[in-house]
Amino acid sequence: MYAPPVDAHDEMLAANGQVRPHWRAFLDSFARLSPEDLVQRWELGQNLLRDNGVTYNVHGDPEGLDRPWTLDPLPLLLPAPEWDGIARGIAQRAGLLNDVLADLYGSRTLIGLGLIPPALLHANPAFLRPCHGWMPAGGHHLHIYAADLVRGTDGQWRVLADRTESPAGAGYALENRTIVNRILPEQFRSTHVERLAPFFEAMRRSLNALSPRRTDTPTVVLLTPGPYNETFFEHAFLARHLGLTLAQGEDLTVRDGNVYMKTLTGLQQVDVVVRRTNGEWCDPLELRGDSTLGVAGLVQSARAGNVAVVNALGSGLLDGGAIQSFLPGIARHLLGESLMIPSVPSWWCGNDQDRAFVTANLDQLVLRPAFHNRVRPRLGSLLDDTERQAALDDIAQRPTDWVAQQVDSLSTVPVWNDGRFEPRSMVLRVFAVSTENGWQVMPGGLARVSSRTDLLTARLQTGGGGSKDLWILADNTSPQALQTRGRAAPVKLVRGNRDLPSRVADNIFWLGRYIERCENQTRLLRAAIARIEEALDQNDPARAVFTARIMARLGLHIPRTALEAPETLPGALAAHHLGGGEDGLAQQVERLLRAALNLRDRLSVDTWRALQRLRDDVRRLHQTNLRGDTQTRLHDLILTVESLSGLSMENMTRGPLWLFMDSGRRVERAITIVDTLAGALTDADSEDAVPMDLLLELWDSAMTYRSRYLSSPRLAAVLDLLLCDESNPRSLGFQLAALEDHMDNLARIAGENGFLRPEQRLMTVLCGTVRTTDAVVLARYDRDAGYMDAERLLENFRSRLWEVTDLLSREYFSHAQWRLPVRPPELLA
Amino acid sequence: MRYRVRHLTTYEYGEPVMLSHHAAHMRPRQVHNQTYDKVRLSIRPLPAVLRDGQLDYFGNPTTFFTIQDSHSKLEIEASFEVETSASFGLANLDGPPWESVRDELARGTQPNLEQAMDFLFPSPQVPLLAQARDYAAPSFSPGRPLAQAVLELNSRIFNDFAFDPVATSVGTPLATVFAEKRGVCQDFAHAGIACLRAMGLAARYVSGYIRTIAPPGKEKLVGADASHAWLSVFIPGWGWLDLDPTNNTTAGEDHVVVAWGRDYDDVSPIKGVVLGGGEHVVHVAVDVTELG
Repeated sequence: MYAPPVDAHDEMLAANGQVRPHWRAFLDSFARLSPEDLVQRWELGQNLLRDNGVTYNVHGDPEGLDRPWTLDPLPLLLPAPEWDGIARGIAQRAGLLNDVLADLYGSRTLIGLGLIPPALLHANPAFLRPCHGWMPAGGHHLHIYAADLVRGTDGQWRVLADRTESPAGAGYALENRTIVNRILPEQFRSTHVERLAPFFEAMRRSLNALSPRRTDTPTVVLLTPGPYNETFFEHAFLARHLGLTLAQGEDLTVRDGNVYMKTLTGLQQVDVVVRRTNGEWCDPLELRGDSTLGVAGLVQSARAGNVAVVNALGSGLLDGGAIQSFLPGIARHLLGESLMIPSVPSWWCGNDQDRAFVTANLDQLVLRPAFHNRVRPRLGSLLDDTERQAALDDIAQRPTDWVAQQVDSLSTVPVWNDGRFEPRSMVLRVFAVSTENGWQVMPGGLARVSSRTDLLTARLQTGGGGSKDLWILADNTSPQALQTRGRAAPVKLVRGNRDLPSRVADNIFWLGRYIERCENQTRLLRAAIARIEEALDQNDPARAVFTARIMARLGLHIPRTALEAPETLPGALAAHHLGGGEDGLAQQVERLLRAALNLRDRLSVDTWRALQRLRDDVRRLHQTNLRGDTQTRLHDLILTVESLSGLSMENMTRGPLWLFMDSGRRVERAITIVDTLAGALTDADSEDAVPMDLLLELWDSAMTYRSRYLSSPRLAAVLDLLLCDESNPRSLGFQLAALEDHMDNLARIAGENGFLRPEQRLMTVLCGTVRTTDAVVLARYDRDAGYMDAERLLENFRSRLWEVTDLLSREYFSHAQWRLPVRPPELLA
Repeated sequence: MRYRVRHLTTYEYGEPVMLSHHAAHMRPRQVHNQTYDKVRLSIRPLPAVLRDGQLDYFGNPTTFFTIQDSHSKLEIEASFEVETSASFGLANLDGPPWESVRDELARGTQPNLEQAMDFLFPSPQVPLLAQARDYAAPSFSPGRPLAQAVLELNSRIFNDFAFDPVATSVGTPLATVFAEKRGVCQDFAHAGIACLRAMGLAARYVSGYIRTIAPPGKEKLVGADASHAWLSVFIPGWGWLDLDPTNNTTAGEDHVVVAWGRDYDDVSPIKGVVLGGGEHVVHVAVDVTELG
């Protein structure tokens, strides 16, 4: 039985234990689900989260990147009338905070009037002085705003924190909605839930409208610090959903005072930058000089009005709690109104009286940084003596940096845990966007719940608890609500400008190479284990070692010590390659996943799923070390890798993205073919000493060979099949022909000038070489020189293939290194 | 005094630079005891974008430029003539005790204090340091008039810190400067600022030049002068008092003011972000010539 604590407001049950009216319809429908049904749906939700790759990166987490996002299937419900009050209050507050920003970055009358103490501005590291004295494009500082709301025992909502820098969470809220909608479709339909889509459409329209250039198709980019940022999933997700181009600092450049994106086809002017990078990191020239995440010259471009930055640079000024206790006075002065949603009571330690109060009452307060949200709040009641003293010292050292809040109690909400409902504390994040019709508030939000019933652990970065979808229940008797829903129904298709930044081309090329590398490594490993086990089964340890040495020549890492004890070879091989050994298979898979992470917004959900499965396969393989079983699982692994290739073959449009990915695969495969052939010929003193069976197996060409020759392998025939035969998809010739074709297509996209580009010329030469090679001549063994001709040819291919990579990188990826602020070593008197 | 100042900075890059953005503080600033003329700023190669003469947040003339042509060498040369006169001396060394100034600044409510607020708190190059507070404390005995305290602090830095051009570089943290007690004018200025801010006072960093006198019997060498830096402390009701701890003086007609800010970061003569370039070498030549 669900029994919330009596000293908190529960969202579902009233104080008398009765279900609140707006929950009834939902619970009736929910009650019709059988326990098995519930379990199944819960699992479906978990799988969807995992498959969609919804993650939240936690710094210092032993799991590393990619901590899965946690979502409780049960939504939080709020009735329309209550929500309307919240939405009006949020709109009021967003507008007010925008006005405060405009004042502090302008005339500072609020300071002059004594409504804001000067130290609140000047001691604030988020005050970006180069952004003072000019109005950002669009005339607004704040475009996207979020607030964290809590509800006390009295049932009153209060603002716990304002997010004005670059609020996170709207994307997670949307993803949560998509998933809960799949888990509880009947409940969703029967309870008339407000849709989120109109909010995101409004956001997209409002971003477009900020473009300083008058154009119907402005270029809007989402500037991300990159895949190591904790909310990177959301950056990629929002970019994809809103049709923005996801850009990192190095993708952008300022010329002639404008911001441009470096694309394959040249520079493309950027009109709006939605930043998820904190303001101070956005321009190494005028802001933090040690930032590699920003764009040199961005401040100047924004100051000149050539680009709109969202939120305006410097908006982080109000991202901490310092301003909260001054807002009521400011609201009265600027709006002639009181705040519709009050803040939780707060005391800024920059003020003597407040500091004295905080030091005296720390036990009942929550201590937070005054100027940012990056440090976990400290709960006075939970501090031991040492921690308490440390907190008091912090306040004494820099009083302006601290603010204390009084948070008596958070409301509770039921969470599905182990087959039953349990109460958890909750903080609700809500979002607003500035539009031409004023502030529009997302009819929904992100509820975050604590892992236990603790106060305030329900914070985004603690990651301990989970999240919930918020359903606003439209008042279905009100015609206005119906009208709103009716208006929301048709989805407006947005075809965003998703041009390919050079960096993305570079990443996808390497993704292609890594996929292929994983496949090749798996094939080598499978062949090695099969043959070594066979030799051991026949009590022929010498052959096992011999085979291992050949495999090493073909490019498989063999743990040296295992060669001394042949019977340990299969186990040692598996341990090394699956357990994360140097250059082993598991490591290659990790590299592949890291490359993929950079392309989060470019990969389809299915591709992402296949990537997750690849990692799982390797982990599972590592755990099961049973003989025979390893081989079967390696077969499965090859199938998984091949499904990745298949997905790109079948699902990717043949644009530049695919061309680069496939070029990566072709280059990698070509190099590996050359390497394995060269390895097979090394030290061979006759045709019989060349492991031709192995080569045919590795390159999946045994069947073709048998159908053609009906005899045991002859070197000339094997070389012809693996080097020259362009109809064999696993021959060098085939890879080169494909590459030649890709290079021509890329040249066409990048713009031809009548001359062949260097990489086209190189491919012409390489294809010519392979086409004019006579395999019979190549297979001749010379008593003095061995297989010198073949080895020379292969060596030549090897170095020219690396040249292909270099040329591509120079012609298309070309990242020259930015040097951060260069200053003369000054002569100082 | 009248001077001609010439400041030439030359970058030589190991690899071509394809694009570079720069911000420079090389034009002199308007100050009550300083007038200037014949200001020339030349940049080679010619910048594609040049925004000159804008004032930055602190009111310093600032030059932004972008060079978009591939280049291996960049020269920035500023020259001007400047006339300085002695600054107003402190009428007397009494005045309010330093604590009352501290408290007045902490309240920050009086309108005439607004100009000091930017210089009251830690800044990127001048963090809050316990070392600075401990070092400053002996000069700030209870009830001592502010002017006396800061002049003594100025002398103590001059006496306790050794001038050593090789001990520090632009990146040396201030804590190291306090620990080693060695450095150049920039370090002494930062040290003084840290001490004053640790006591709750407002202090700013001033960048410019100083008159140099050739050793007796020797010609002044061309290009052998240097930039200089000192600090300035805010005295409510009086104004900013310039202190030069490198030379144990208050700044006056021997000092040419170019820019001021919270610390070196706000006013470095030239900084840039370049695309490409590889390893690079920089030469700086400064001449401060007396015109009588």
